[in-house]
Amino acid sequence: MNSNSIDATAEKGTSLWEDAWIKLRKNRLALIGLGLLIFLCVVSLLTPWIAPYGYEEQDLLMGATPPSAEHWLGTDIFGRDMLTRIMWGGRVSLMVGFIATAVALAIGVIYGAVAGYVGGRVDAVMMRLVDILYALPFMIFIILLMVVFGRNLLLLFFAIGAVEWLTMARIVRGQVMSLRKQEFVEAAHSLGLSQWIIIHRHIIPNTLGPVIVYTTLTIPSVMLLEAFLSFLGLGIQPPQSSWGLLINYGVETMEEYPWLLIFPGIALSLTLFALNFLGDGLRDALDPRTAKD
Amino acid sequence: MFRFALGRLLQAIPVLLVVITMTFMLVHSAPGGPFSADKAVPAEVLEALEAQYNLDQPLWQQYISYLGDVVQGDMGPSFKYPGRSVNELIYSGLGTTAELGFYAMLVAIFIGVIAGVTASMRPNTMQDYVPMTAAMIGICMPSFLLGPLLVLVFGIHLEWLPVSGWNQIPGDKILPAITLGTGYAAYIARLSRGGMLEVLSQDYIRTARAKGLSEFLIIGKHALRGGLIPVVAFLGPAFAGLLGGSFVVETIYQIPGLGRFYVQAAFNRDYTMILGTTVFFATLIILFNLLSDMLAVWLNPKLRQQVRGEG
Amino acid sequence: MAALLDVKNLKVHFHTRNGLVKAVDDVSFSVNPGETLAIVGESGSGKSVTCYSLLDLLPKPPAKIEGGTAMFDGEDLLTCNKDRMRHFRGNDIAMIFQDPMTSLNPNLTVGEQLIEPLIYHPDKERRQDRATAKLRAIELLNEVGIVDSERRFDSYPHEFSGGMRQRVMIAMALINEPRLLICDEPTTALDVTIQAQILELIKKLQQSRDVAVIFISHDLGVVAGIADKILVMCNGVAMESGTTDNIFYKTKDDYTKRLLSAIPEGAKTMKNRAQAGSPLVEAKNIRTWFKDFSGSKTITVKAVDDMSLTIKRGEILGLVGESGSGKSTLGRSILQLVPTQEGTVTFDGTDLTSLSPKQMVPWRRRMQMIFQDPYASLNPRMTVFETLAEPLLYHGIANKHNVTEQVQALMDDVGLARAHMRKYPHEFSGGQRQRIAIGRAIATKPELIIADEPVSALDVTIQAQILDLILNLVERHNLTMMFISHDLSVVRYISDRVMVMHHGVLVEQGNTETLWAKPKKAYTKNLLKAIPLADPKSERTRLSN
Repeated sequence: MNSNSIDATAEKGTSLWEDAWIKLRKNRLALIGLGLLIFLCVVSLLTPWIAPYGYEEQDLLMGATPPSAEHWLGTDIFGRDMLTRIMWGGRVSLMVGFIATAVALAIGVIYGAVAGYVGGRVDAVMMRLVDILYALPFMIFIILLMVVFGRNLLLLFFAIGAVEWLTMARIVRGQVMSLRKQEFVEAAHSLGLSQWIIIHRHIIPNTLGPVIVYTTLTIPSVMLLEAFLSFLGLGIQPPQSSWGLLINYGVETMEEYPWLLIFPGIALSLTLFALNFLGDGLRDALDPRTAKD
Repeated sequence: MFRFALGRLLQAIPVLLVVITMTFMLVHSAPGGPFSADKAVPAEVLEALEAQYNLDQPLWQQYISYLGDVVQGDMGPSFKYPGRSVNELIYSGLGTTAELGFYAMLVAIFIGVIAGVTASMRPNTMQDYVPMTAAMIGICMPSFLLGPLLVLVFGIHLEWLPVSGWNQIPGDKILPAITLGTGYAAYIARLSRGGMLEVLSQDYIRTARAKGLSEFLIIGKHALRGGLIPVVAFLGPAFAGLLGGSFVVETIYQIPGLGRFYVQAAFNRDYTMILGTTVFFATLIILFNLLSDMLAVWLNPKLRQQVRGEG
Repeated sequence: MAALLDVKNLKVHFHTRNGLVKAVDDVSFSVNPGETLAIVGESGSGKSVTCYSLLDLLPKPPAKIEGGTAMFDGEDLLTCNKDRMRHFRGNDIAMIFQDPMTSLNPNLTVGEQLIEPLIYHPDKERRQDRATAKLRAIELLNEVGIVDSERRFDSYPHEFSGGMRQRVMIAMALINEPRLLICDEPTTALDVTIQAQILELIKKLQQSRDVAVIFISHDLGVVAGIADKILVMCNGVAMESGTTDNIFYKTKDDYTKRLLSAIPEGAKTMKNRAQAGSPLVEAKNIRTWFKDFSGSKTITVKAVDDMSLTIKRGEILGLVGESGSGKSTLGRSILQLVPTQEGTVTFDGTDLTSLSPKQMVPWRRRMQMIFQDPYASLNPRMTVFETLAEPLLYHGIANKHNVTEQVQALMDDVGLARAHMRKYPHEFSGGQRQRIAIGRAIATKPELIIADEPVSALDVTIQAQILDLILNLVERHNLTMMFISHDLSVVRYISDRVMVMHHGVLVEQGNTETLWAKPKKAYTKNLLKAIPLADPKSERTRLSN
C-alpha cells in the first residue's frame, strides 16, 4: 500500500457545498434569479441616495404622465415619480419578506429541531400541535389582527412569521429525525462525542440544505401575503408604501393610466420569479439524489 | 372509515373552540373596547347588542353566552346593518362564493392535473418546459394582479367579457373563476408533476412495463393514483386559500359574496360580523381539511386498512 | 437445437453529464429453450442493463443501444417497434425483479395485478374476461405456494411478507406461460432460508414448463445449483462463458478465479485467539424494548428479550440471525447506544448500565462500532481527515501538531492512500468508504469492536478484501470483536465462536466448526442447510431433494 509514501501533498476534494455551487452555476435561470435578487437588494439599500426624485415630491399640475425621459416609469395622479415610488415600495416589500421569513425561520428551526432531536412522545405531541395549527384559518386571523390592532408593520412581521413557521418546523423535524437515525450520527455517539459537538458538527451542517431551499421559497410566499393584505387595504398603510399597495392604487385608475398598475406588477412578479427560480435551482443543486455520479 | 371520520370530527371540536375563543378575545381586546363605537351607532343596534352580549356583565359571562348562541347556530345581529343578523348575511353571500369557489377549483384541478401529468411524461423536454414555465408564471402572478390585468385586456381593451357582476350577464363568471383558479392550477401542476415523476421512477412501474401494459394503462391505472396523492393532500389547504382569494376576486369583480362582506366588515369594524364569519370560515376549513384527509386515506390501501382496523 | 434467444455484439452506452459510460460492451450469448443461463457479475458489470435492454426497459436517455442484435424466435428485439415490443413483454418474455417490496404496486390488489397480462393482452383474441383470468390466477397462486389463495387474491401487497411477494411476482411472470423468464437477482433481498425456497420454486417451475431462464446474480453460489450455463461479466465486458461445471471446475479467466476465491467458504484452520482470564464483556439478561409512537396506538417491540452472553478477550464472536432477529439491537445494547430496559452489561469489570452518559465517555474510547452502510456511516460534509481526526483530538490521543501524522498512520493502517486525505466520502467507492469507517473505529485504540454487517453492502471481491483487513487488524491491534451478519459463510470465515439469534432470543451458541458440524436446534439446522454452496454438484443434489 502507500505506507512508504512520505509525500503528504494531499489532493483537494470537492465538498458537497462546492458540488452544489457547481451544479447551481450550470442552471441559468437560477443564476439570473440570484443576480436579479442581488440587484434588487442593492437598489433597495441605496434607494434614499439613488432615487431620482424625493419620495413625497409632488407635481399636481403635471398629474399622471406616461413613461418619459424625465420619468422613466411615468408619474401617478399627484405627479409623483413612479420609479421612485416603486423603489421605496420595494424596500418595504423586501423588508417584510426578509424579516417575516427570519421570524418563521427562527421559530420553525428551533421547534422542528427540538421535536426531531428529542423524539418519542414529546415529538408526537409537538407535531400534533402543528397539525392542529395547520387547520386554523390564519389568513383570517391576520386580517383580524390588522383590524383590531391597527395596521402596524411590526405586528405584520410577527403575524406572517407566525403563520409561515409551520412548514419549516415540519421540514426541519423530518430532516433531524432521519439524520438522528443515520449511522454517522450513531458513530459520533459511539465515539463518546458530546451532544453539542454532535449537533453542531454532524446534524446542523446536514440540515442546512433543505433549510436554505425552503427559506428561499418562503420569502416569496411571505411577500405575496403582504402584498395581498396591502392590496385589500389591510396591510401597509400610507404614507408608507409597498408594491401591494401600489398595485391597489394602480387598479383604481388602470383604465386611464395602465402604467400605474403594470410597473409595480412587473416589479412584484419579477421578484417572485427570481426567488422561485433560485429556490428551485437550489433544490436541484442541494438534492443529494442528483449527486454528481 | 366512519369511526375515523367521527374521531377526526371530535378532534376538530377543541380546535374550533380555540378559534372561537381566540377570535372573541381578539375582538374584545380591541383598543377602546369592541363595541364602544368610533362611529355613530344607531340606538336600536346598541340596545340589541347590549341585550345580546350583556355588555355590563364580566367578560367570561359574555363569552359563555356567545358560545351558547354559536353552538345553537346563532351568530347574533350585525353591528353595521341594523335589523339583519349575521346568519342572514352569511347565508346571502354563501351561495355566490360557493359557486365561484367551485368553478375556480374546477379550473385549478382540471388544468393543473393535465398540465402536470403531461409534463411528467417527458421530463426535460419541451413537453415539460412549456407547461412548467406557464405554471411558474401562474405562481408569480397573484390573483390581485392577474385579475386587473385580465379585466384590462379582455374586458376593457378587447371587450370580450364582462368585467363585473355575478350571474347578470352571460359570461360574467369566466374571468372571476380564472382569476381565482389560476394560481391554484399552477400549484397543482407543479405538485402533480413532482408526484408523478416520483411514482414513475418506482420499481412497480417497471414491473407494469415488463408485463406489456400500454402506456395509457401504466399512467392511468398504475401511476395516477399514487402520483396525485400530493394533490389530494393539497386540496384542504387550497380550499382555505381559495376563501382568502375570494376576498380579492370578489372585491375586484364586485361580486356580492361572502368574501366581499368580510372585507367590508373588516373595514367597517363590524365586529359581530367579523366574529361570525371567522367562526364560520374556520368551521368550513376544518371540515374541508377533514375531507381531504379522508380522501388521502381512502386512496392509500395501507392507511385504509389501518383505519378499518381501528374502527 | 435452434437458440430461443441469440444476442450478438450487444452494446449499450449511457450518455451522462460526466461522459460516456459503456455499460455493455460487445456482449454475446444465447439461450436454448428450456435452458438456464446465469449472468454473474459485481455491481456495475452491466448484467442487469443487458437484460433490461432486451425488453426496452432502460430509461432513454441516458441509455442508448449502440449496436448488436437480439434475435428472439427470428425477430430482433432491439429494433422492433413499441407495439411489437408489447407483444413480447409479459407474454413471450417475462421478468422478475430484485426487490419484491417495491416491485408490486402498493395501490392495487395482488389479484388485480396478476390478471392484468391476461385481461389487457395486446392480442385481442387472446384476451380473457376477468372471471376466467381470476380462476387462472388463483390456480397459479396455488402453484407458487400461496396458501388460501382465493382469499389472498384480494389482498394488497403490504399484507404479504417479502418471500410471499416474490412468489406473487413469479406467478405474475408465468401467467401468460412465457417461453423465456428473466430473473434479476430475485433472491438478493431475501433472508437465506427464504432464498432457498424461492430458488427451489424457480427450479421446479422451470422444469415443469420447460421455460428458458436467464438468472442474473452477483453470487456464484446462488446460481451453482440452477444454471446450465454461466456468463461472467465485469465492467460491461463478457469475461468468460461456458457450462456451469466448466466455469466452476475448469476456470480459465483470472477474474472468474478471483470471484470464486473471494467466496468465503468451507472450514478454516482454527486459531485459538481467546485469551484466558476474565471475559471482556459479560452481558446478563438484557432486554431492549422499543416503543413505537408512530401509529395511533403505542406498540412495544421486543427487539432483544432476555439475552445473556460473554465475549472473551481476543476472540471474534460471530452473531448470526435473519432480518428482524434483533442482532443489530443487541450489538448496540452492549455499547449502550440504545437504552436497555433490564439486565447488566459488564465491560472489563464495570457495569455500563449504571453509568450516566457523562460517566460513559471515557469508556466509549475503549469500544467502537463499524456499521453496515458505508454510504450512511460517514458524515458527507467532512473530509477523511476531519472524520479521522475528530476522535483523535476529542479523546486527547493526538494534539494539533501531530494529528496529521496520526491520521496518516491510520490511513496506512486501513490501506487508504494518503493523498486522499482532503477528499469527501462521496468521492470514494463503497469499499474505500468502509476502510475510512474502520479507520475511525480503530482511531481511539479500542479493545472491543462491534462490527454490524460490515461487508453486506459490498461486492464479493471487495468483501474478501475488507474481511482480510479486519482479520489483520484484529491480530495486529489485539482487538476483541463481535461480528454481526446475516451471511453464514462470512461469519464462519471470520469468527472463532458463533451465536445464533432469532426473534430477539438466543437459539444456540458454540465454537464455529462444532456448530457447523453438529447444530443442535432445528432452526440452526435449517439455516445452515439453506446456505447456497459454490459447488454445482452438491447444489444440484440438494435442490433435487
